[in-house]
Amino acid sequence: MSAITSLDRPNSYIGRSVPRPNAKRLLAGRGRYVTDITLPRMLHVAYVRSPYAHAKIVSIDAQAAREAPGVRLVATGEDLAKLCTPWVGTMDHFKGMKSPPQLPLPIDKVVWAGQAVVAVVADTRALAEDAAELVYIEFDELPAVVDIDAARDPDAPVISPELGSNLCFQGKLDTGSVDDVFASAALVVEEEFHFGRHTAVTMEPRAIIADYDASEPKLTVHHATQTPYQFQDIYSRHYGIPESCVRVIAPDIGGSFGMKLHMYHEDMAVVGLSIMLGRPVKYVADRMESFVSDIHARDHRVRARMAADADGNILAMDVEDVTGIGAFSAYPRTSVVEGNQVYRLMGAPYTFKNYRADLQVVFQNKVQMSQYRAVGHPVACTVTERLVDMIAAKTAQDVFAIRSGNLIPDDAYPCTSPTGYKFESLSHHACLAKIRELMDYDGLRAEQAELRKQGIHRGIGIATFVEITNPSPAFYGVGGVRISSQDGAILKITPSGDVRCLISITELGQGTETIVGQIVAEHLGVDRDRIKVITGDTETTPHGGATYACRGAGIGGETALQAAQKLKGNVLSVAAAILQEDAGKLDMQAGWIIDKATGQQRIELAEIARIAYFRSDTLPPGTQAQLSVAHHYAPEGYPFAFTNGVQACHLELDVETGMVKILKVWVVEDCGRVINPLLVDEQIRGGVVQGLGAAFFEECVYGEGGQLTNGSLADYLVPMAVEMPDIVVAHVETPTLDTQLGAKGVGEAGTAAASAAAMNAINDAMSPFGGTIAQVPMTPARILKALGHI
Amino acid sequence: MSDLVDVTLKVNGSEVSHRVPARTTLADFLRQTLELTGTHTGCEMGVCGACLVLLDGTVVHSCLTFAVQASGSAVETVEGLTERAVIADLQDAFHQRNSLQCGFCTPGMLMTAYSLLSQPGVPSREEIRDALSGNYCRCTGYEAIVDAIETTARNRAEGRDAPAHEEVEA
Repeated sequence: MSAITSLDRPNSYIGRSVPRPNAKRLLAGRGRYVTDITLPRMLHVAYVRSPYAHAKIVSIDAQAAREAPGVRLVATGEDLAKLCTPWVGTMDHFKGMKSPPQLPLPIDKVVWAGQAVVAVVADTRALAEDAAELVYIEFDELPAVVDIDAARDPDAPVISPELGSNLCFQGKLDTGSVDDVFASAALVVEEEFHFGRHTAVTMEPRAIIADYDASEPKLTVHHATQTPYQFQDIYSRHYGIPESCVRVIAPDIGGSFGMKLHMYHEDMAVVGLSIMLGRPVKYVADRMESFVSDIHARDHRVRARMAADADGNILAMDVEDVTGIGAFSAYPRTSVVEGNQVYRLMGAPYTFKNYRADLQVVFQNKVQMSQYRAVGHPVACTVTERLVDMIAAKTAQDVFAIRSGNLIPDDAYPCTSPTGYKFESLSHHACLAKIRELMDYDGLRAEQAELRKQGIHRGIGIATFVEITNPSPAFYGVGGVRISSQDGAILKITPSGDVRCLISITELGQGTETIVGQIVAEHLGVDRDRIKVITGDTETTPHGGATYACRGAGIGGETALQAAQKLKGNVLSVAAAILQEDAGKLDMQAGWIIDKATGQQRIELAEIARIAYFRSDTLPPGTQAQLSVAHHYAPEGYPFAFTNGVQACHLELDVETGMVKILKVWVVEDCGRVINPLLVDEQIRGGVVQGLGAAFFEECVYGEGGQLTNGSLADYLVPMAVEMPDIVVAHVETPTLDTQLGAKGVGEAGTAAASAAAMNAINDAMSPFGGTIAQVPMTPARILKALGHI
Repeated sequence: MSDLVDVTLKVNGSEVSHRVPARTTLADFLRQTLELTGTHTGCEMGVCGACLVLLDGTVVHSCLTFAVQASGSAVETVEGLTERAVIADLQDAFHQRNSLQCGFCTPGMLMTAYSLLSQPGVPSREEIRDALSGNYCRCTGYEAIVDAIETTARNRAEGRDAPAHEEVEA
């Protein structure tokens, strides 16, 4: 054993690699996902979907379906519109943003291929699907708007004529003198980048059971979502049910990655169907439905250029991003957030001050595009880091040297990016130095040179990144969207001296319940195995933002910490009364009230609880023991807790076939205080693999008519174990001073820079041949094209 | 289409007999008829591996097998392997190494691992990764799963049980 560290104090859990208590249940096959839940008298819905990307609905004949065995209801858009008010996915601070109103099911027209049109509810899903085949919908096909340039053509059909054009939003950022800087710069690099649409592919598809009981009235929704409070609000407002009568329960969730926090038409319809039937109605998307109805992400074309002086010092960036988001903006978070983060994160790690960007967010006849893990980050990071490598090549500098010369110095904080982001404290140089050593960069370069002589072409790519975490109310709140940036926790001591923590951040498998348990154990002074953390039920937990934007540890964790301190104060005040002692001289440790100075045990927490709950008559008069506390915390300081890091990708390219073997990935990441290294590292690895999926495999491929041509798991490629490398993770810790806990976020860091490092590595491997690539996914065919072979 | 058939088979050691629609898949039969929801369906086309079960000792996709095809056979699910405690060390290794996040793919992973570890010898990491390539995981990045299977294989080869302590090295 090494010397005793701060982790060896009793109840010092923060920073420890402890496994997740709740994982044992999942390992035993005892998980309880929405997919698994059956309620008494539950019915199942299947949807009839549009085969066209854009068409008028002329008529619907559902008579045969209504008469089919087991069918209880066939509902159309008109039926549901009588119950549900429309929603519009806009946000106030995106000036000029527009989007058409949406309903659970369409009435007049369909706007993407796969859009649900008619709901068929039956005793089983199979019977519902049988009957759905009997529904006859007459469509009048309209020209589909698919391509982002075609969509902006003045002669293009306008998907929502009432909006006047297919432009959802246009944003501009300009620090002023960009043209002058480019005109006088010693060198300029430029490139056109393409980022394919891809999608989350959660292993558990979307799943929801709505159960409306008119007698109370009461709506209970079992919903595979990250954000139950947001949906409680939405169901309440759009169906006119008092908020206190709406309960949303998010049990075990089979993957989410941002995909399960958006409003989906089928899900909203399920609530209405349950209201119409007075019975529970279940909808589980099958995998084919997931591909045509889950949000897609990315889909950007970026033209960008970067100016530098003769020594490679970056002077300016000029960016034009066009992104296609489907036929309307997603609700309630909007589909502009990704583009907004793309054009604001460009160049974020670097010192240059001159920046100009134009963002155009375009409607098209495809399924909605919105936030998915690392919203916008991979796009901004890939563009920036590729251009930096191009400057390095032009100035004959090493990829580490160019970054050392241009990254914001670690002692230059706080500072503000040219796009307005305020950075509290980042550690680019420390991370860069660490990864260089971790990966043995010099050794890899020497090996690369040696192998090239043998016709083996390896590539090394580096990408630094900045990640947005822990959004404050300055984002959704100020934007007029009812999504909370605060979290709440209720902490209770049971009569036996156990602790229950009900908290608003949700467990998605990332380990929320574990880290909250660690934080409460440490700051209350009890053993971790006596703490039960409860999440995911709006009926029992306080209202909060839940889990998105890497906010669980930073905001939820701080909430738990402050709640624990508050409860500890209450316990010590009761203990002081019992012990006839000054509360300030007492502390808690391992479930005991101790003498703060000597550590001597005075009285057990369980004994305090016993007296408080059963023998309050023995307490001094006026002593009212408060062994439950409710506490809320919202971030106050910086609008976001930015994190940073660097990734490196090492791969081998077969220049004859275009096939790539990813040899290894390294990540050095600074998420502030690391609460549980085991969980943090595994989140980073998972994020890297999703990023590598986007880099090499994943793309939603559409035909000219707006049909998704690879919408199954046999056709859409996700990374498999054999294709993925081992991933080495290390940390630099720069705790945020905005909180006592000091944690920032980490869930998206892996995804943020993986494709950027991979693209730089492929271009590095191709460098002897003069070819370059600026499109993801980097498929073998695209690589061979870049090499000039096809 | 809704013709009923009698299905009699042994599931996790117990004889079960039900009359179900002929088109009922083994996955739906296990999950809906028997309420054995540890077996999951992720793609329903035999790609993702979440639905893997043992059919007469062989790993099969229960989403691609009709229940009636399993009539007369013995099926074992993650619940059965758990009750028999034959994967307790593997489950412990998964837990210690945090080889799962959302857990939806995990029963299928355990099936593949159980089958792989039934072969003689200690598989290499490459062989483990190859064996797992019919099992999709979107959360972990796979490395921890490979680690846990490798650890279990080594421990079994050395005649040791998986470590029982709670804390692991970062």
